[in-house]
Amino acid sequence: MKGDDAGALRVAIVGSGPAALYTAAELVRVGGPDVQVNMIDRLPTIGGLVRAGVAPDHADRRQVIDVYEKLARSGGRFRFHGNVEVGRHVSHAELLAHHHAVIYAIGASGSRPLDVPGANLSGCHPSSEFVGWYNGHPDHADLPVSLDCERAVVIGNGNVALDVARILLKGDDALVSSDIAAHAREALATSRIREVCVLGRRGPAQAAFTHPELLELGDLEDVSVQVDPAELASVDWRSDDFASTLRKATLETYARSRGVPNARRLLLRFMVSPIEVLGRSRVEGLRLVRNRLVNTSEGRVTAVPGERSDVLQTGLVVHAIGYRGSPPQGLPFDTASGVIPNCGGRMLDGPGGKPRAGQYVVGWIKRGPRGVIGSNKLCARETVRALMQDAAAGELPVPVRGGESFSTLIHARQPDVVSYRGWKAVDRFERQRGQGVRPREKLTRVDDMLRVARSVA
Amino acid sequence: MTYVIVGSCVNDAVCTEVCPVDCIQPAPEAGEFATTEMLYIDPDVCIDCKACADACPINAIYPAEHLPDKWTAYREINAAFFRQRMRS
Repeated sequence: MKGDDAGALRVAIVGSGPAALYTAAELVRVGGPDVQVNMIDRLPTIGGLVRAGVAPDHADRRQVIDVYEKLARSGGRFRFHGNVEVGRHVSHAELLAHHHAVIYAIGASGSRPLDVPGANLSGCHPSSEFVGWYNGHPDHADLPVSLDCERAVVIGNGNVALDVARILLKGDDALVSSDIAAHAREALATSRIREVCVLGRRGPAQAAFTHPELLELGDLEDVSVQVDPAELASVDWRSDDFASTLRKATLETYARSRGVPNARRLLLRFMVSPIEVLGRSRVEGLRLVRNRLVNTSEGRVTAVPGERSDVLQTGLVVHAIGYRGSPPQGLPFDTASGVIPNCGGRMLDGPGGKPRAGQYVVGWIKRGPRGVIGSNKLCARETVRALMQDAAAGELPVPVRGGESFSTLIHARQPDVVSYRGWKAVDRFERQRGQGVRPREKLTRVDDMLRVARSVA
Repeated sequence: MTYVIVGSCVNDAVCTEVCPVDCIQPAPEAGEFATTEMLYIDPDVCIDCKACADACPINAIYPAEHLPDKWTAYREINAAFFRQRMRS
């Protein structure tokens, strides 16, 4: 073991999205140079959904990565191991053997499935894949997206649904200065889409989108945002809630607007659910049913399908009905809630079970896919507090292998491991390719990233 | 004069830690923080010290008179948050 490891608390963080970075920064804040962090990501890049989920025209939000990356490194003992997959190149047991603690920050990057007939037709995409496509995620860069129809339909009422609708209608000029993947920029430049219809299964008061996202729709150039005034007529708004007040006012403004002749349209429809995706080999339409709202005994408002149905002609359906985590190999997983069972960040061997020593979770895989980027800060504090308490109480297992042997192991298993320097080379390369026109021009192939990363290896 | 938080806010909330007059709400200690869509600056309390704008990791805070065009609505939205609070 090298001298610089002596006495250090060695922590592995799996994932490099906002939850992972907030956690690394928090470990440095409370542990200073006594904490050594090994951050592992399946991709050669740092950022998780801030890179691959946040919309390309929201580049300002991506800067959060730069700041927390710096904080994470400020302790001087931060290492990144990119292009390394836990369960493939290195096992969970091996992570444990080399660290005092292992924190899973793997998020929830899959989509909840759209459970209606025809959902597997070509032209019907889960939002995780569609968003991954326009953000240049290597897993989705080759998604066959066709924009040759006049109307697209987005199912869902969260911020992701509004992101997708906005990107589909954003003009070429506005996207040129964004870091949208080049293949998506080119496809959108020749898009024939004139209307995007966003469908919510419940009413406007229950929609999950936030007001800033709703308000931003009104800024789209040459797009008229429309809401049927009848859909706002009988809404039971919460008068004590500030966000509801804003939402009501903005939706009423959209409902009053007459629309611009020949403008493209963004139509917000509420209380409708898809019941079938129609088409022979690819999407040709979507059958919808009108819902009514019912108050449940637990005080929730739920949508109940009614009798009336209609058909929307469309060639592109994106369903954005929620993210979903997937069970990591060999770890407990609560299928019902889509999280790794935990108590305040301490991983449990099952829901309501016993803590697993030295094993923790943070972010969406801990609390489910909700909240905003900054929600991860308090979440990370809670997990790190639990870890530090366990460390102080002598409850962390002592790693059987030294710190340097972890890097040796990784290099043996994955010769194409990407170091922090390698990631920064990719980062610099992408920014330079942006040529001052856009924040960056992303690489969308792992092989291309590796070629750039190797140039500094 | 006052500073204004705009719609790109991600609730990082480091601004609430550096504000010397606690005019940025809801702070993480408040129950409201868990559900708020963004944070707001009280224009009647802000002393224009710029600490929040310097600390914000994503540049989501601007002086009211230098708001970029796309964010001008947020001057009123920040103020309205505190008016609604006073009433409730």
